[in-house]
Amino acid sequence: MRRNLIIGGLLTAVFVLAALISFVWTPFDHAALDIPNKLKTPNGTNLLGTDHFGRDILSMIMVGARTSIAVALVAVGIGMGLGIPLGLWAAARSGSWIDELIMRGNDLVFAFPSLVIAILITAIFGAGAVNAIIAIGIFNIPVFARITRGGALSLWQREFILAARVAGKSAARISVEHILPNVTNLLIVQGTIQFSLGILAEAGLSYVGLGAQPPTPSWGRMLADAQTLVSISPHMALMPGLAIILTVLGLNLMGDGLRDYLDPRLRVARL
Amino acid sequence: MSLLEIQNLSMSIHSYDILHDVTLSVDEGEIVAITGESGSGKSMTALAAMQLLPKGADTTGRILLGGHDLTQMSERALCAMRGNDIGMVFQEPMTALNPVHTIGRQVAETVCVHDSSVSRAKAEALAAETLARVGLPPERFPLSRFPHELSGGQRQRVVIAMAIALRPRLLIADEPTTALDVTTQAQILDLLKRLAREDGMGLLMITHDLAVVADMADRIVVMRRGDVVEEGQTDQLLRNMQHPYTKMLFAASSHQVTLPVAPKPEPLMEVQGVCRDYKLPRTTVFGAPGTFRAVNNVSFTIQRGERLGLVGESGCGKSTLTRALLGLEQIQEGTIALDGEPVFTGTKPNLNVRRKMQVVFQDPFGSFNPRHRVDRLITEPFHLLDDPPEGTDRQAAIAEALTAVGLAPEDAQKYIHEFSGGQRQRIAIARALIIKPELILFDEAVSALDVSVRAQILDLLAELCAAYNLTYLFISHDLSVVRTVTDRVLVMQSGEIVEQGDTEQVFERPAHPYTRKLIAAAPVLPDLHQEAG
Amino acid sequence: MISLTVASLVIFFVVEVAPGDPASFMLGVNAQPDTLAALRSELGLDVPKIQRYFVWVGGLLSGDFGTSYTYRTPVSEMIAARMWVSLPLALYALALSTLIAFPAGIYAASRRGEAGDIGVMGATQLGVAVPNFWFAMMLVLIFAINLRWFAAGGFVGWDEGFWAGMHALTLPAIALALPQAAILARVMRSSLLDVLGEDFMRTARAKGLSARQALWRHGLRNALIPVLTIIGLQFSFLLAGSIIIEQVFYLPGLGRLVFQSISARDLIVVESVVMLLVFSVIIVNFVVDLAYAAVDPRLRSRT
Repeated sequence: MRRNLIIGGLLTAVFVLAALISFVWTPFDHAALDIPNKLKTPNGTNLLGTDHFGRDILSMIMVGARTSIAVALVAVGIGMGLGIPLGLWAAARSGSWIDELIMRGNDLVFAFPSLVIAILITAIFGAGAVNAIIAIGIFNIPVFARITRGGALSLWQREFILAARVAGKSAARISVEHILPNVTNLLIVQGTIQFSLGILAEAGLSYVGLGAQPPTPSWGRMLADAQTLVSISPHMALMPGLAIILTVLGLNLMGDGLRDYLDPRLRVARL
Repeated sequence: MSLLEIQNLSMSIHSYDILHDVTLSVDEGEIVAITGESGSGKSMTALAAMQLLPKGADTTGRILLGGHDLTQMSERALCAMRGNDIGMVFQEPMTALNPVHTIGRQVAETVCVHDSSVSRAKAEALAAETLARVGLPPERFPLSRFPHELSGGQRQRVVIAMAIALRPRLLIADEPTTALDVTTQAQILDLLKRLAREDGMGLLMITHDLAVVADMADRIVVMRRGDVVEEGQTDQLLRNMQHPYTKMLFAASSHQVTLPVAPKPEPLMEVQGVCRDYKLPRTTVFGAPGTFRAVNNVSFTIQRGERLGLVGESGCGKSTLTRALLGLEQIQEGTIALDGEPVFTGTKPNLNVRRKMQVVFQDPFGSFNPRHRVDRLITEPFHLLDDPPEGTDRQAAIAEALTAVGLAPEDAQKYIHEFSGGQRQRIAIARALIIKPELILFDEAVSALDVSVRAQILDLLAELCAAYNLTYLFISHDLSVVRTVTDRVLVMQSGEIVEQGDTEQVFERPAHPYTRKLIAAAPVLPDLHQEAG
Repeated sequence: MISLTVASLVIFFVVEVAPGDPASFMLGVNAQPDTLAALRSELGLDVPKIQRYFVWVGGLLSGDFGTSYTYRTPVSEMIAARMWVSLPLALYALALSTLIAFPAGIYAASRRGEAGDIGVMGATQLGVAVPNFWFAMMLVLIFAINLRWFAAGGFVGWDEGFWAGMHALTLPAIALALPQAAILARVMRSSLLDVLGEDFMRTARAKGLSARQALWRHGLRNALIPVLTIIGLQFSFLLAGSIIIEQVFYLPGLGRLVFQSISARDLIVVESVVMLLVFSVIIVNFVVDLAYAAVDPRLRSRT
């Protein structure tokens, strides 16, 4: 299934590239109002049409990609940065009170749906992109802790870990030297999945007004703006929606492709 | 005409050749054994006879059951045939039963699926009767039991009951006892033999164990890499082997090595009254968790230069004892000392002692980190040394260790997946040798290997004994191997050492009833040289 | 039990540290200090936080959620009214998602690698990628605005009869269910494929069961175990998702209540709703644990 990896990688690359290019160039100024030119359907000048203020939708999507990717990426970073060490630690002390504490803490965070965390955080600090990152990031921690612990636990049963223990290595050293490299595949795959979930979550949060605040453009808020006008100008809702779908689809396909590509069972056959 | 006739069967899976031109037959009431090493195609032959081949399998040739060609039958006809005309028993009883259905339901299903007019009560009565036939009387094993409530041997009996419930004409058993302990194995083999004789059923056995083959079969078929290399009546074939591969296989199975004479006894490791308890899961919220004593009051001494064996069946505590000896687990009572120093000081393992001990594990595939090269893998024990060799010294140590186990120094740059199972086990030994430990533990180190590879590793062991004056503890369930590579042996049962003594003496004149049972249950190859002469 | 206590502590203190005093918010910037103090004492805001926590938790246990700061009505009444929209919506969506996912997953698994499987898997990839609120907007556009089969938003209330209520919840439920159904179908398929590779499936075939019989009689129940876990997790996603979907359809559910309360700094309502959501997630996970035992006898004997 190399096809998944290629299609997914291409789709992802297109959006990452669009986000990067938007720093130096967009077809129009994404914030420039042009009321006479409002609600234009896609045409030669405005490739994806304009919104109710006459802003160019393509430019807004390009700049919005920046927000989406940044929020999701940092949130995955938070999740990995805290979740992986916690998971490794819990697995190394499997069955002890530390393991118990970490896993119960995980369950607790899991009991709060990510949106509820976001609501709590915005209730305290107010809405904004940074708070959206924290909310999504917190939700990512138990995901990575769990997947790391699960992978690590089965590795701790393997004989090469016993051999390392016989060689007198400490649990911390074994975790870094033997366990972590052997769970990276799992983590990379989960990372792409959480990345795509982060993009969806960011869109949802900014849709209900808890994410990035104006004037920072974001895909979710573009959809919120489009809602009341959906019967007159469906393209306003269609375009950002397609942007979200294609990005998430690309990331998911890439995750699937990576899983197949990195699977050691398949690798043996390939060599 | 024979009951089952396989004629010129060739098979490939995704254009990868599995079988070439296999021809064999099974008569009614006859026990035929197919034997060979891994990759010989023996299991695929069995699955072909059931027409349960993996997707992508492409076969030519004919498989005749009572004159009907199975390869030409419709799937519907094949379903009617399976379980009714041919029953099958698989290797792994722990996973061969559906965990969510009762054993009664699973046995009765064989009946119902072939005749929907049979009432539920009648099917269950037949199931109970069949289970009683295989040694699981309903008084002690009600039909409402679930598989997880039974032991491995009992589960295998359930699998057999499912296969013979409708009294098929042919029973295929694919490594039916490989996953079982030796005493259970003997009972299951007796059961299969008895059932075949009682029902006049043809029995096609697939097994790698030549001692089982020689003991059970009326006729033997030897396979190698998808070819039948030799076949014949058991006693004729054993007396008069034609093919060099057959000869090699039988020679390797009863391979003997000659160990150098052990030096004068001088204690190296002393184990005194060791106990190891495990906590059981709590049954009530507030009650104290119960404990399970896996190792109970074990004492023994390993002499310097001695080759000591430890035998016992699964669950007897030998793995737990191994981990305790290595200082990987804390013990609750007793002492373990190497060269007078305790393996554990306080709650921390003693590194001073650790560096005098190394271990070789069973699984040649699981004992190496797949991401590291061989040089890094085998130098891992250097971590125990205060000043590990660096640069050219390190290279020299790697080269010496690899050469000692029969590999080339250049192999240091390869990854582990580039090696076969036997080569990996050599690398594992190199890893153990590299810091020149005083004591090596071999934990089922040859159990996962094919007989011909096993013979080579045993030879290597004998060579290393001569070259390095090794002291080792050889832990195994395989009595014939322990007999040839050890000077003295410990017999372990339910966490205790029930007998110890010189290997030959224990095998010739076992004192403890358990030892006697163990030795009696182990199938042995007939002494071929005598009969040939 | 312990997790509920910890959750209540976390929620309370996280919300309480929030800047912004409800009393000053209600009275506006120019309020007199003594009026402010009077209101604070009326709302019970002048006692120490620890005491307020115990009052709140004590109230939760006895079903008294306190009184809303802004509306001056019991929180329990407000929540109860909204519950009758949010809970049926989440359950409706869960039922839809399961009804779609099971056949799709089983179909795909039994035709592994064939065109049907590839088609179903492609559809689920797309389903996972679609944001539910966007999908909701598209449903409104097609079925409410163009085809006029459903109302574009609002809720008629259960007084109009069960079917009228269900009719009003149908579009929101579909919007919520479809992305979850896509995930569930993928889990169902991969779980079934794992089970199909098990030894006991081969045993069943050797008994003479056809591939289809083996799948239904032996495969399905074993495949259900990981699927149950996901269904449990999905309930929490559905509850949370309904907060957003209620915005799209202008449904008077818990989600809208939360947003109104946040903007009004009506902390006690926010706390109570969040607590209720967490409580229901924990209850659902408990039910899932019971369901495990029903499916798998190995878990039954352990307890």
